[in-house]
Amino acid sequence: MILNQFLLLAAALFCIGVYGVLVRKNGMLVLMSVELILNAVNINLVAFGALTDDVGGEVFALFTIAVAAAEVGIGLAIVLLMYRNRRSIDLSEADLMKG
Amino acid sequence: MEPIADLDWLLTALVFAPLAGALLMALIPQEEEELHKRLAIAVSLITLGLGVYLFAIFDYDQAGALQQFVDWDWIEVIGAGYTMGVDGMSLPLIGLTVLVMPLVFIYSWNHIPSPGNAKAFLMLMLILETGMIGTFVAQDLILFFVFFEVVLLPMFFMIAVWGGEDRRYASLKFFLYTLFGSALMLLSFLALFFLTTDPATGEHTFNMLVLSDAAGDDIVRSTQLIIFGGMFIGFGVKVPMFPFHTWLPDAHTQAPTQGSVILAAVLLKLGTYGFIRIAIPMLPEAAEAWAPWIGLFAVIGIIYGALGCLAQTDMKRLIAFSSVAHMGFVMLGIATLTDFGINAAIFGMVAHGLITGMLFFIAGSVKERYHTLEIDRLGGMLVQAPKLGWILGFCAMASLGLPGLAGFWGEFPAILSAYNPAAGIPEETFRGYMVVAAIGTVLAAGYLLWLLQRTAMGEPPEEFADDPEITDVSAIEWIAWTPFLFLIVLFGVAPGLIFEITDPAVVESLNNCIQVGCETAGG
Amino acid sequence: MNALLAAALPLAAEAPTSVSSVTRDANWFLENVWIIPLLPALSFLAILFFGKRMPKKGAEIGIAAVGLAFVLAIITGFAWLDHRDNFDGPLAESPATGIEPAQGDKLEDPTASHEGDDEHAIAVVSEDGTSSADSVALTADPVDDGHGEEGHAYVAVQNSTQWFQSGGIEFSAGTLVDGLSVMMLFVVTIISLLVHIYSTDYVGGDRRYTHYFAFLSLFTASMLFFVVSDNVLQMIVGWELVGVCSFALIGHWWEEKPNSDAALKAFLTNRVGDVGLLVGMITLFFAAGGGKTFDTLSITNTINQGGVSHTALVVAAAALMAAVMSKSGQFLLHTWLPDAMAGPTPVSALIHAATMVVAGIYMVARLYPVFWEGMQIPGSSINLLATVGAVTLVGAGLLAFVQTDIKKVLAYSTVSQLGYMAMALGVGAWTAAVFHLFTHAFLKANLFLGSGSVAHAVHSFDMKKDMGGMRKFMPQTYKTFIIGSVALAGVFPFAGFWSKDEILTGTGGWGILGGTGGPGTYTFHLAMGMIGAALTAAYMTRCVYLTFHGEYRGNDHAHDDAHADDHADDHADDHAHGDPHESGPRILYPLYILSGFSIVIGFVNFPPGIALIPDGWHERFLHFVEPAGASYFPGVGHGTPSYSLAIISSLVAFAGFGLAYRYYFVKVDNLAKSTGQHLTELPNGLVTTRGWARAGHKVLVEKYYLDHLYTGIIAGGTKGPIAKAANWTNQHLIDEVVDTAGRTAVKTGQQVYARIDQGVIEGVINGSGRISDATGEELRRINSGKVQNYAAILFAGAALLAGAFIILLAL
Repeated sequence: MILNQFLLLAAALFCIGVYGVLVRKNGMLVLMSVELILNAVNINLVAFGALTDDVGGEVFALFTIAVAAAEVGIGLAIVLLMYRNRRSIDLSEADLMKG
Repeated sequence: MEPIADLDWLLTALVFAPLAGALLMALIPQEEEELHKRLAIAVSLITLGLGVYLFAIFDYDQAGALQQFVDWDWIEVIGAGYTMGVDGMSLPLIGLTVLVMPLVFIYSWNHIPSPGNAKAFLMLMLILETGMIGTFVAQDLILFFVFFEVVLLPMFFMIAVWGGEDRRYASLKFFLYTLFGSALMLLSFLALFFLTTDPATGEHTFNMLVLSDAAGDDIVRSTQLIIFGGMFIGFGVKVPMFPFHTWLPDAHTQAPTQGSVILAAVLLKLGTYGFIRIAIPMLPEAAEAWAPWIGLFAVIGIIYGALGCLAQTDMKRLIAFSSVAHMGFVMLGIATLTDFGINAAIFGMVAHGLITGMLFFIAGSVKERYHTLEIDRLGGMLVQAPKLGWILGFCAMASLGLPGLAGFWGEFPAILSAYNPAAGIPEETFRGYMVVAAIGTVLAAGYLLWLLQRTAMGEPPEEFADDPEITDVSAIEWIAWTPFLFLIVLFGVAPGLIFEITDPAVVESLNNCIQVGCETAGG
Repeated sequence: MNALLAAALPLAAEAPTSVSSVTRDANWFLENVWIIPLLPALSFLAILFFGKRMPKKGAEIGIAAVGLAFVLAIITGFAWLDHRDNFDGPLAESPATGIEPAQGDKLEDPTASHEGDDEHAIAVVSEDGTSSADSVALTADPVDDGHGEEGHAYVAVQNSTQWFQSGGIEFSAGTLVDGLSVMMLFVVTIISLLVHIYSTDYVGGDRRYTHYFAFLSLFTASMLFFVVSDNVLQMIVGWELVGVCSFALIGHWWEEKPNSDAALKAFLTNRVGDVGLLVGMITLFFAAGGGKTFDTLSITNTINQGGVSHTALVVAAAALMAAVMSKSGQFLLHTWLPDAMAGPTPVSALIHAATMVVAGIYMVARLYPVFWEGMQIPGSSINLLATVGAVTLVGAGLLAFVQTDIKKVLAYSTVSQLGYMAMALGVGAWTAAVFHLFTHAFLKANLFLGSGSVAHAVHSFDMKKDMGGMRKFMPQTYKTFIIGSVALAGVFPFAGFWSKDEILTGTGGWGILGGTGGPGTYTFHLAMGMIGAALTAAYMTRCVYLTFHGEYRGNDHAHDDAHADDHADDHADDHAHGDPHESGPRILYPLYILSGFSIVIGFVNFPPGIALIPDGWHERFLHFVEPAGASYFPGVGHGTPSYSLAIISSLVAFAGFGLAYRYYFVKVDNLAKSTGQHLTELPNGLVTTRGWARAGHKVLVEKYYLDHLYTGIIAGGTKGPIAKAANWTNQHLIDEVVDTAGRTAVKTGQQVYARIDQGVIEGVINGSGRISDATGEELRRINSGKVQNYAAILFAGAALLAGAFIILLAL
């Protein structure tokens, strides 16, 4: 079953990404983990697109890559500003959203 | 008689002109007191102008028919229409209203009662005017009820905010009392609505013309009696009739002068007007059955009010009690169910409005000068303020029913009509009432002259002997009072001015009564 | 029952009922008498608005207007004299417009067939059968003595117009002129004019001089309006208006409480009578006016034709009696009249002696058929009206004895004389009553103005304290007062003699010595009249002695308390101290004129049968005033006067005079001279020595205790306990119900609020609030502000959802 392997790979990537997002204190690493999650999704999209012989999967994957690029741009900008303001990119210190 | 539609805008303009004025005043800041006063006077004068125009184009040959009639849809769901019209029965009362209001506003020029705020005070009075005129022109029960109730709130606030020391009690009593009456009245209206169908459309209706024509034909007698009872209490509270009168002395005593004047001059007439416009024409059979009771309460009111007057120590309260007695004469005239008696009643309403209104003006001016209305402390007004004293004497004479002044024509014909009430009403009972009412005139003379003696005659008491505040009638007061005094004499000398307007309309409204067996006086 | 009565009774029944005795087309002055009341009415307004700016402060306007009215009244009088004898113009339709008399068959006159009930128009009927010549024959005076002109029909002049109408009832306003009203016009205008002139001196310098004249004018206007009115409603109007003027003038010096008390008493007593007036007039309006008309002539016509039930007439007559008793000071309701002397003296002369107080008498005379039938005057020997009059005349005459105030003596005398008039009307002597009214007006005005002249000089009305010996100081006043007194006492040949004698004749009680009476046989009333005559002579003698004879007592005390009296404080002028002196010409000339009248005015009605008097001079007053034979007047019979009665009554009067003379002029005077004291009564007279006399005196001084009854018990009771009880009922019973209802409502509300609102509903609302609060408190801990925590929750949630999704799919 070729699909299963793809899905397992994507799940593993997704879990690594989630782990990174939840555990890492460094903003840069969190951003990279988010990229892992997105790419896990991309793998799924391409895999299903191939399976159903539908080009939509690839199209969506490309679309996600473009969005991810924009997202990383904004994310880096936030991290950069954070660093400028606080001289640190430690996310555990950023609790301005506390209710 | 068929209603005559002439100008469809006139009555609407007349009714809502004061309200429009009040809205306009709402836009002007409170600090512009003088502007507010000017504006209020101007608006009431415009209303007076419209009223004069109404009088000018009124067709006196057809005073029995509703004129300037409009009948527009309003709340179709419940069959309530925007129906208005004027006939000889309402015309004098509208005239009284539009005339009294400007004079009250003129008087307010330098008599804004504490705690001030001319804007609100004057706005309330303008709203009041809309309500009063509206009640007199409405020809639809719901419309009538709305206007009847519109009057309530401004008066409540006038007493509650600008009143005397005991104003909270008085205003609340006034409000609850009349609201209680209104509730019963509304129930009666609804009962009429559901028990009567318009023969033209086959539907229930609030149209007063249709209801008067139906004259309760579809309703069984016992139900009629109950419905009439509801109206009796509803209107009787407003009149006020013994034993529903106790709100009146309190309200009058506590109300500011303007409030008392309006209350006496116009507001009380809403109740008696309701009797002759709604209760009697719509339920003639019940009216006949109730008549001895109305007459009984009327004569009790005459004697009782007079005795109450004799016991009062406060001038304003005395005048208030005298209203109970005078409205007793009006109700006696109504209770006879004769055209003569009802004419007398309408005349009595106008006369009482002028005379008692004027007496309250005087009481207000006395209070302003002496800072008390305690009769025992007053005295010697004829020495210190001779013109004020003479005006008080004049009004006392008018009020006790001196021939040649307006009061007589409200009183004497009412007594006269009681000799010969409509057929179906026990004659002997009413002749007894006649004698009692005539005795009431003695008591009226007693309390009024006693008041005059104790306040105006004699030497001024020491505490006021050199009081510089006690001055004679001021220019503003003259302007506000002269029309009253003039009309009291005019109607006394030429009572036909009113009788000839009201007569056709009264005859018309009693047509239903005749159908069920009553007859007119002398017939 | 005497023969004449028998002759008179059928006359009443056979009176030519179908022919009206009224015309609307006569002499201009008779048709337009409304101008006469109008003049003083205008003068009232003019004085009110411009009086203070006039050089004489308004008095000149009043005098001019009343003077003009007087001239017009004279002209009207002459016009009436001519009209009475020579009128041959068209008669009006029966004044009963639109009324069906109960006995319609009596109305067979062609005039009745006229349908044109045009109330304004002058309904002329000359073209049909009732030519005036016929009616003359039909309405010939039943008691005329055969002179050609005497047979002329009595035709009143009516001129009316519609005032307004209401409820199908027409109210008209108009004038009715016949002998009675012409006579009243003359009396009112002349006395009013003289009083006006007199007042310019008497109240000169008064602080309310202008007001005084304004009210005099208004009074004159109202009184004239009253006497010329052609319908009963108008009479009520005039009646009440004169009452108000009386109120204002009695209370002219209202600074002092007794004056305003007197004014109030007068007005309220009259109001009590007015209840009767209203009820009586309303009864007449429905019973005799058919509920259609107030017209006096219609009402009296209908009654005369027997068209009204006896019960209704009894009720009406009894009710109107109350009005007469109050206005004309008859016994039981007379008490206001002596108190009314608190007003200025000229007012007392005009209003409370000559004119207003006779309004009740006038009203009875005007509506005579009501009383004629209602009181059953003909053929009986006692009735309410006559008896009230008789009691009044003696009761008040006695009271006049114990007065020390000269005006009160005259006031009680007025009450007594009014009693004569009421009694005369009650016994059917209509003309005698009206004639007495006429003569009494002059001589009582004379006496009052004379007393005013004295009081003006001594600044007091107290005869015992401040007068005495005034004849030396005021000879002119003395002379006129003496003339008035003897005239009042009924001394031949002064005015009072003729009228009083006629009343005594009219009682019909004098059957012994040839004189026979009028319609009934009223022996008791004749006796009372005799006693009254003696009393009159006696109290006038006492009054004259105390005022004018003896020594002047005014200097006993140096005028320090004289200022207590009414207008004295306005007269702090030169003669305030020292001996009094004679009044000025504006006071004296009216006195001369009135005393002249007091001498001669009785000559206008010589009784028939006096041989010394030339033919055609007898009974002029009767001829011109009494509407004999008119359709609106009952067929009143007349007594035959007898010398014996005249002589006996004169002797009785002289006896009264003699007793009083002996007591005062002889005994008191001698004692005073011998002791040198100023005495007014004997120190050992009956009153001091005999218990019964003392008790009687006390009753008189206390005015039969009537004032205690009225003021103390009735008025005080009404004002005090009864009014307080009513007020208490109001505050504690009726209001209590309301307040209790209010309180109960409030309490119920509080309970509802506390239990249901606060307990249940609030519980729910507050509970939910508390729950959300607590939840929020818990949840806010999660909200750490750390993005990773949020993300963890997000993923946990996503995982949960995914798990749920899988489970659902599996199901």
